[in-house]
Amino acid sequence: MTTATAERPAVAGGSPARASGLTGTGHLVRLFLRLDRVHLPLWLLGIVGIVAFSASAVQGLYDTPELRAGYAATVTGSPAAIVMSGPPQALDTVGGITLFEINLTSAVGIALMAIFLTVRHTRAEEEAGRTELLRAGVLGRHAPLAAALIVVGAASILVGALIAVSLVGLGLPVGGSVLFGAAMACLGLVFVAVTAVAAQVTEHARAALGLGIAVLGVAWGLRSFGDIRENGVSWLSPVGWVQAVNAYGDQRWWPLLLPLAAAAVLTVVAVLLTRRRDVGAGLVATRPGSPRASTVLSSVPGLALVQQRSSIFWWTVGLFLAGLAFGSFGNEISTMLEDNPTLSDALGGATGDDLIDAYFGLIMLILVLIVACFAVSSVHRLRVEESAARTELALSTHTSRTAWLLGWLAVTALGSLLVLVAAGVGVAVADTLVSGSAGRFGELVGASLVYLPAVGVLGGLAAALYGWLPRLGALAWVVVAGCFVVGWLGDLLKIPEAVRDLSPFNSTPRLPQEAMDWSVVLLLTVLALVLLGLAVAGFRRRDVGSA
Amino acid sequence: MNAPIVVEQLHKSFGSTHALDGLDLTVDHGEVHGFLGPNGSGKSTTIRVLLGLLRPDAGSATLLGGDPWRDAASLHRRLAYVPGDVALWPGLTGGEVIDLIGRLRGGLNQAKRAELLTDFELDPAKKSRTYSKGNRQKVALVAALASDAELLILDEPTNGLDPLMEEVFQTWIRRAKDEGRTVLLSSHILAEVEALCDRVSIIRAGRTVQSGTLADLRHLTSTTVTAETARPADGLAGIAGVSDLERVDGRVTFTVDTDHLDEAVGHLSALGIRSLQAHPPTLEELFLRQYGDRLPAQDDEPARLAGSAAGAGDAGPGRHRGGGDQ
Repeated sequence: MTTATAERPAVAGGSPARASGLTGTGHLVRLFLRLDRVHLPLWLLGIVGIVAFSASAVQGLYDTPELRAGYAATVTGSPAAIVMSGPPQALDTVGGITLFEINLTSAVGIALMAIFLTVRHTRAEEEAGRTELLRAGVLGRHAPLAAALIVVGAASILVGALIAVSLVGLGLPVGGSVLFGAAMACLGLVFVAVTAVAAQVTEHARAALGLGIAVLGVAWGLRSFGDIRENGVSWLSPVGWVQAVNAYGDQRWWPLLLPLAAAAVLTVVAVLLTRRRDVGAGLVATRPGSPRASTVLSSVPGLALVQQRSSIFWWTVGLFLAGLAFGSFGNEISTMLEDNPTLSDALGGATGDDLIDAYFGLIMLILVLIVACFAVSSVHRLRVEESAARTELALSTHTSRTAWLLGWLAVTALGSLLVLVAAGVGVAVADTLVSGSAGRFGELVGASLVYLPAVGVLGGLAAALYGWLPRLGALAWVVVAGCFVVGWLGDLLKIPEAVRDLSPFNSTPRLPQEAMDWSVVLLLTVLALVLLGLAVAGFRRRDVGSA
Repeated sequence: MNAPIVVEQLHKSFGSTHALDGLDLTVDHGEVHGFLGPNGSGKSTTIRVLLGLLRPDAGSATLLGGDPWRDAASLHRRLAYVPGDVALWPGLTGGEVIDLIGRLRGGLNQAKRAELLTDFELDPAKKSRTYSKGNRQKVALVAALASDAELLILDEPTNGLDPLMEEVFQTWIRRAKDEGRTVLLSSHILAEVEALCDRVSIIRAGRTVQSGTLADLRHLTSTTVTAETARPADGLAGIAGVSDLERVDGRVTFTVDTDHLDEAVGHLSALGIRSLQAHPPTLEELFLRQYGDRLPAQDDEPARLAGSAAGAGDAGPGRHRGGGDQ
């Protein structure tokens, strides 16, 4: 092998020895940066922006030791708070409280960025056949993977550095801020490497994404369990490792060796796996299917259903489990909230028994925002169909544009309803199990269903964008992100009520805390239908194939 | 009854690119019509307009007597389409895609489906994502040919097929023709067009530059003549329509417009012919003649549009083949 490469003239300036594996990595890095000129800044600014905003909102709230002691007392005894935020560490300092508030956003944010971007540059590229094109050129076997690791790894380090800078900017201790930034960067590196392995094992980008996110979920679950029981299980989780630095307390640097070592080992595994498989193939082979189409595959909705059924299934399971998890904290939430005026404010200033209702109202809001993500991503598959030229093939048959669009959107609507009900039923089942009474069951399921028009508005918006301006489809995600910010962080960031009510999720009555308001629900339903009509009108008049 | 496809003065722009710049195309009943042009000349854009996927900026297109944009869905019952770059649903098997497309169109001839799968040696139980380019092409071909649609619109359908499969494809197209169906065959495989097509339209930069039967096209252009004569072959240059005159070792080679062939051969005959070869242009020569000077002449005007023999004459085929245009 070395002789073979040595006989060839050195290419692209690399030495012959290097030409075997990493040749062209530099070119690919530049290519990826060019391709990511929108994605990368969006991820960086999104994560750092939300983290910095959340952190700044905490400053000034806990200026006295008494206030901090009150905060600590509340969250230390609350499994829910520990699940959502992390282990209670150094809560006698403003820095510790700040970290407790931003831990979820920054850790999950950086891990998701690492997963999405790594899949984008590895398996997604390969699935689209572009890697084949590149590999046929002067490019080493390991160059695509190496370039992806370099670009996404650097992005993780940059996010960590920017988080550290913004924490220092808020006046928090420099040493602890830098340590927390470094910890987040290390978490990012672990998930870059985890995803690199996932991308070798599976044959499809979607599956690689799912695998990466599942690892994140398991890591978060292990950490939650370990932190609640204080039994050391957290040390099995990469999230636990980076939390162990206790940035504003003991300030330990050595735990960061664990994520760095894991990232290194996983990278080696990914490289070894690359050697073992062919370009385009995964390690898990595809089974043969049916030579004839079932009767389901006779119409556009049937096709859309077959295309989306596994995604609908997993979203349904995921939201049911999330509903179960959040719902199981309902009973203990009241004790937790009574001691924490800030959190109580965040839930609308409710007191006494209303607190449980307020808690359910809030978690329902979060869950349905996730349902909206399903709806938007399901609508966006229309654009994937079109850019892959499958829409063209279907429209060359006796299928009108209206039938095509409405057929797909019908499945989107059905899927959204299923996922929404799953979330509500999850919460209701958990509450029934914990409280021992099914008294609130119907009420809680209703509290999720009332959001269907709001989900419809976001889905309709995504569809209308697809109908008229398919290239601006990503705008729908910006709106979803906006709804998340005003819904989840509205109180923390002191966003005016009038602005918040622009989000259909905030204007929808928050059952069971608030009273039912049919006029709003009706208005949102009409709005969703108008957007749907616009989508059809736009799709009927524009060129197909331009998405 | 009207011709199945009538396109007149079709214009379509994408931003600043004029993909179609006054294109004309007529495809008659029961004919196999070759649609020739290099990449980017507007073949696929024309086909997309005919399928109602794109709305033309100006000009008219009539498909099976209807408006391809307005009546798209109902017209599509009567046609079958094979895209140039076949994309399938990766999670479905080839057989599922064939059935799906057939059902969405409104029916599939089951006997033909089985026969086509055998002829094209396609395994319908494999997931689409595992198919090679050629196999994806076969799926689209089987889906189209297994229909009883009266019009087949095929956009470079043999792209990626091996020569054996090319043969199978030609057999099926002849069979479609025998059944009285109309075929629009976009291609740049000239042997395939020569073997199958009754008439051809050659397009360039979004315009039709020549259209007609192969015999018509040959008649419009010049014949290459090589002769050896007893006396030196002087005076040929004076005959109208003769060009590319070359003399090597007493042999003379030239091209002559078909209209002046008789005169030129008469002149040679007077000089005492010892040997004579004459051959009409192959389709490849016709084709290269249209595109050979593409680089310097992007915007040349109606003189070329008319496809005049005089215009083609000063750009002989030999020179172009040597020049190597692509």
